[in-house]
Amino acid sequence: MKKISLSNLDAFFAEIAKNQKLYLPVEQEDKTSRYEEWEAGAKVSLLGNTVRSAKDFFFPQTENMVDFKVEGKNIEIVESRSEVEDFVVFGVRGCDVRSFGILDKVFLSDPVDTYYKNRREHGTIVSLACNRPTESCFCQTFGVDASEPEGDVVCFMGDEELFLDAKTEKGEKLVAAIAGVLADADANAADPVKAQIKEVLAKLPLKDLTTDKFDGKDLMETFNDPKWAELSQSCLACGTCTFVCPTCQCYDIRDYDTGHGVKRFRCWDSCMYSDFTLMAHGNNRNSQLERFRQRFMHKLIYFPQNNNGEYGCVGCGRCLARCPISMNIVKVMKALGGKENE
Amino acid sequence: MQGVMKERAVALLSDGTVNRVLGWKTGEFDYDITPAVFQSKEELEADFVYDDFCVNNLSKYLIKESRKEGKILVFLKPCDTYSFNQLVLENRIWKDNVYVIGIPCEGKVDVNKIRESGLDGIVKVTPATDSYEVETLYETKTFAKEEITAERCLNCKSKKHVVYDELIGEDGDVLETNRFDQVAELEAMSSEERFAFWRKELSKCIRCNACRNVCPACSCEKCVFDNPNSGVAQKAAADSFEENMFHIIRAFHVAGRCTDCGECSRVCPQNIPLHLLNRKFIKDINELYGDFQAGADSTTPGPLTAYTQDDVEPSIVHERGGAQ
Repeated sequence: MKKISLSNLDAFFAEIAKNQKLYLPVEQEDKTSRYEEWEAGAKVSLLGNTVRSAKDFFFPQTENMVDFKVEGKNIEIVESRSEVEDFVVFGVRGCDVRSFGILDKVFLSDPVDTYYKNRREHGTIVSLACNRPTESCFCQTFGVDASEPEGDVVCFMGDEELFLDAKTEKGEKLVAAIAGVLADADANAADPVKAQIKEVLAKLPLKDLTTDKFDGKDLMETFNDPKWAELSQSCLACGTCTFVCPTCQCYDIRDYDTGHGVKRFRCWDSCMYSDFTLMAHGNNRNSQLERFRQRFMHKLIYFPQNNNGEYGCVGCGRCLARCPISMNIVKVMKALGGKENE
Repeated sequence: MQGVMKERAVALLSDGTVNRVLGWKTGEFDYDITPAVFQSKEELEADFVYDDFCVNNLSKYLIKESRKEGKILVFLKPCDTYSFNQLVLENRIWKDNVYVIGIPCEGKVDVNKIRESGLDGIVKVTPATDSYEVETLYETKTFAKEEITAERCLNCKSKKHVVYDELIGEDGDVLETNRFDQVAELEAMSSEERFAFWRKELSKCIRCNACRNVCPACSCEKCVFDNPNSGVAQKAAADSFEENMFHIIRAFHVAGRCTDCGECSRVCPQNIPLHLLNRKFIKDINELYGDFQAGADSTTPGPLTAYTQDDVEPSIVHERGGAQ
């Protein structure tokens, strides 16, 4: 375990940023935070989570895949993917680190998504235990420990010091590279911080939410539950939940006609949209009820069935905070979840 | 208030005047209220709520609901009644299938303002006469009412219900507001500054479409941006200017029909002050065509859709210096 004084964080960030790009949560005028590239004097947000998730680093909202240059009857294929250099993301919360594992299952399983893989290989994740979980947090439901997140390097913020624990080879490498600004700390130096966080976690209002009902055994019963109608009735069909979600991974690939060629790009898609998975014969989910149901069935039933029981939600609570009508996965789980969740 | 509303809803359901009630439903916390259709006394008793967190403008739901069988009861706050009228004018709401009860509104709480003050982990918000006690996982703090009242409510344009079948409480008046102050500030900027302001704000857009989907003036069956055959459908922006285009085109499309309900800015997950675009149009319409409030009634065509010989000429753009 290493440590650095909180008053010296700027030197710490500067040291990391010497060798590669460093991204971290920066406080905005409206007191929310978002990931930005670090620069000296940046107001780094060390409490709370970002409005948008960290998935952009590996799965950006839009990216170029390939270009086609058309001349007469010739089509030339032009590589258009952007070069990826090594980068570090600091301040990632336990929920968001877990989301990378979920995205890995989608993008790194065969056939491997090389765009995603490339970014993943170049990124080093420095996570930060949550000193200030909020009321909408329910990561515990999905087995995430906010007091001890995963990550290449895991950080714990004490009253005066930031403690760092390298967990992977990448992490060791990063810590070694910035050793100059770090001091040694006892192996258990962060224990009081962890204990403090655990105390808050035990008080969270959603701590008892369970996934018991979603073991996949009664798929059709859940699918046909009459409660979907009520749950989805005021859904606006916007994509806010899917776009702030760290695990929503659906995308569309489109061709953009430049007039003298084609740019093929990929962009996030949302199962809430009426043209999601639109096919030649039309759409296979014509009502908002069906589209709404798809999102939650995917996270709670289909995804775990295909991934050894791992759910497609990490309990970050962003959909709770941002849905314009305050409908979200917690309400869905409670409504469908029977007695355990009441 | 909630009690009286619930009583009326139950009465109108049981005497057969209506067969459904559109209102608000309690959530997990004090603030996460969801619009909901209630079909029975039991449902109303269990979950119906009306308090300072019932922020949603319910008018737009009536496009769909008023086309269903039977009459639906809806509770509308003063500002929501303007949207209702506008949608009736545009033949989007079938008025005969709706029973409107006007309800008073003293301004709604913006829960993000509590968060902006540095508080997090909100577990309870208890209203008192002119204040709210906010209990969080970490502390308890009292806020004066105006401190956490939504910006749009601090600039409330009207406490008057412009349409209703019955009213609960006393009707209010159209108010003098400062709602155009911020627009005037933007107008006072140089065009470069203003361009930079909007580029910065609109670059935050994630194209979730929440502003469009919540907007009562955005009532097209199929939005051009969702139509793959339109040639301009965009799930993603090809470049950063497209985000700007989406919002500017949307603002143009709702110009003269936007009632300034403020839902666009409320729902934006990125806190973009979208209502300022619409307010600029409203201010211009007021200045160029005379004061006009969309939705003030359900019969007067807006100045942009009605021709008069006194209408301003296109050259006004040049005269005002807007073409530079």
